[in-house]
Amino acid sequence: MAMNTKTKSKIEVTFIYLFLGLMFIIIAYPLLWTIMMSINPGTNMLVTKMLPDNPTLEHYKWLFTDPRSDYVIWYKNSLIVAFANAIGSVVLTSLVAYAFSRYHFIGKKYGLYMFLLLQMFPALMGMVALYILLSTIGLIDSLFGLTLIYLGGQIPFNAWLVKGYFDTIPKELDEAAKIDGAGHLKIFWTIMLPLAKPILAVVALFNFMAPFMDFLLPRIVLTSPENYTLALGLFNFINDQFSNNFTRFAAGAILIAVPIALVFLLLQRYLISGLTSGATKG
Amino acid sequence: MAKDDKKAAFDLKQPRNIATLLSVFVPGLGQMYNRRFIKGILLFVIAVSFLLAFWDYIDIGIWGLFTLGTIPREHHSIQLLIQGFISLVVLFFGIAIYIYNVKDARNDAIAREAGKPNPTFFRAMQDFYDRGFPYFMILPGFLMLIFIVVLPLAFMVSLAFTNYNQYNAPPRKLLDWVGFDNFVNLVNVQIWQDTFLNVFTWTIVWTVVATTLQIVLGLFLALLVNDKRIKFKRTIRTVLILPWAVPAFVSILIFSALFNPTFGAVNRDILSQFGMMIPWLSDPFWAKVALIMIQTWLGFPFVFALFTGVLQSVPQDMYEAADVDGGTRLQKFRFITLPHLLYATAPLLIMQYAGNFNNFNIIYLFNEGDPAVRGQSAGGTDILISWVYKLTFETNNYNMAAAITIIMGLVVSIFAFFQFRKTAAFKEEGRY
Repeated sequence: MAMNTKTKSKIEVTFIYLFLGLMFIIIAYPLLWTIMMSINPGTNMLVTKMLPDNPTLEHYKWLFTDPRSDYVIWYKNSLIVAFANAIGSVVLTSLVAYAFSRYHFIGKKYGLYMFLLLQMFPALMGMVALYILLSTIGLIDSLFGLTLIYLGGQIPFNAWLVKGYFDTIPKELDEAAKIDGAGHLKIFWTIMLPLAKPILAVVALFNFMAPFMDFLLPRIVLTSPENYTLALGLFNFINDQFSNNFTRFAAGAILIAVPIALVFLLLQRYLISGLTSGATKG
Repeated sequence: MAKDDKKAAFDLKQPRNIATLLSVFVPGLGQMYNRRFIKGILLFVIAVSFLLAFWDYIDIGIWGLFTLGTIPREHHSIQLLIQGFISLVVLFFGIAIYIYNVKDARNDAIAREAGKPNPTFFRAMQDFYDRGFPYFMILPGFLMLIFIVVLPLAFMVSLAFTNYNQYNAPPRKLLDWVGFDNFVNLVNVQIWQDTFLNVFTWTIVWTVVATTLQIVLGLFLALLVNDKRIKFKRTIRTVLILPWAVPAFVSILIFSALFNPTFGAVNRDILSQFGMMIPWLSDPFWAKVALIMIQTWLGFPFVFALFTGVLQSVPQDMYEAADVDGGTRLQKFRFITLPHLLYATAPLLIMQYAGNFNNFNIIYLFNEGDPAVRGQSAGGTDILISWVYKLTFETNNYNMAAAITIIMGLVVSIFAFFQFRKTAAFKEEGRY
């Protein structure tokens, strides 16, 4: 009997490993394939091989050195938007979340419901109006206009997230500080912000990565190639001549995916705990 | 008691009523009557400058909102519409200040009736700062939210009730309010009716199947990896999260190439071994199958990571108790693990459904909603949001796009309703 359970358990574990192995292949195959494509010589997709005979880094070189390549400019644009977005979103949402977590004011409850509702409406629904609004104030085709839209659009979700986290910080702390004579802003600055660092890091990270991943908004807002962000630039890159540029696209995509994936894997633990605490304690 | 209050409200000689009335007629005047001169002058100046600065703008805006302009080429209906909405926002702030002014005059007068001395300037500023603090904090975010999220949505909603399309567009022509005509056309005119029905059905199938698959796969993997007998948990988890870590637009474009019938690896390297060639991009059915598989690949890691996090918080003594009672593994899962998981993650899972319902990126980047279908204005794999995108930016059917957006909004609100209920349950349970 004991022997029997043991064998059964062994078979089970083997099957689990087999299934996980299958998942590994399914996950790794597209990624490996892209890496292989990026080191295939030439730009003709029909002669590419999973294991190229003479692997080459020519496409990476092309991205950075060829005068027809705007890759470096796109990278720079994305970084500018990403930094502005990360800093701006932390400032905006932490202010809003602080008010929602610690104060009573008119419209507080409806404000919270509004956040919940609005975070489900994608920006695309209001795209036409955004385009017209931006062109009336002359911010079409500008990175500043793009950043503004990102900043406004992220508020509902992130304010909710940060508010949930602020709620877990004991109120006694700020009441004690109040008795010691600390003002509203001082409590915010010296008590709330330091204690909420993990969730603020998550918000900053999320908003830092957004401009690297989003292609729809830039596609509508940005019109000239020297203002493109990476996602839009790369999309246009292969959109017209898919098979002709794919090897170069693969190289460009890897140079985005690797740093983002690394940062992401390092920080995903905080991300998960932030999401669940925000959702359950909101 | 209530009767006394009512009586008092009609007594014009009472200072509180005099102050209120004065401020109703001229903002700031009631404050001056209360001998709060600085505040009174400030409010008066604000009111006058508000009127001077915005009167014309609001006047034209509101007029434009109702008429959408009267002279073609001279009046631009769309600009008038936007001006109208901005006017409403500005008006809202104006009214808020006005109401504050009246209430403030009344409160000060009541305080004076009670014999309290007027506070010093410094003290008054302090009070104002204390009371206004939360409003100052939310103001920047609130303004951005209004202009970047709410206003565009309102604009889109209003377009659904106009006749704004390719052939009827400003500045050459004026727009008109047409009531529910667009919605009626959507279900009555043959070509719209067919397309709408097809796209709507596929959107629902897509949302339910793709999201459920990614949740089930994520759950299954989380349970497997959580098994005590499995080693190298950290490594396994890292690999399983990879699809989430790679930017989605990159992965989708890669899949789009992988499924390409001429050079894609799926047909060329894998299926050719079995002598099969599947038209992944040109056949609607296979394109849909491919999309669902890709979304499962993209979406399961989030659910996996989420469940893995929650699984570690399931109290172990519950399992021990179940063991004592002789519960089977299935029973333990059904009555302990699953309720615990769902309870903690329900709002996020609902968000997953809402997210896929609006998942523009995958549809557009994979195949741009193609293949084209004869006799309809949407491609074979278009979901509502990608159809709206095409109607807006490719064929300029703004009115129909807006009407469909409203229908999408209604569906999204259903998701939101369930999420409210779930989140409200948490709130009652804990703090708030």
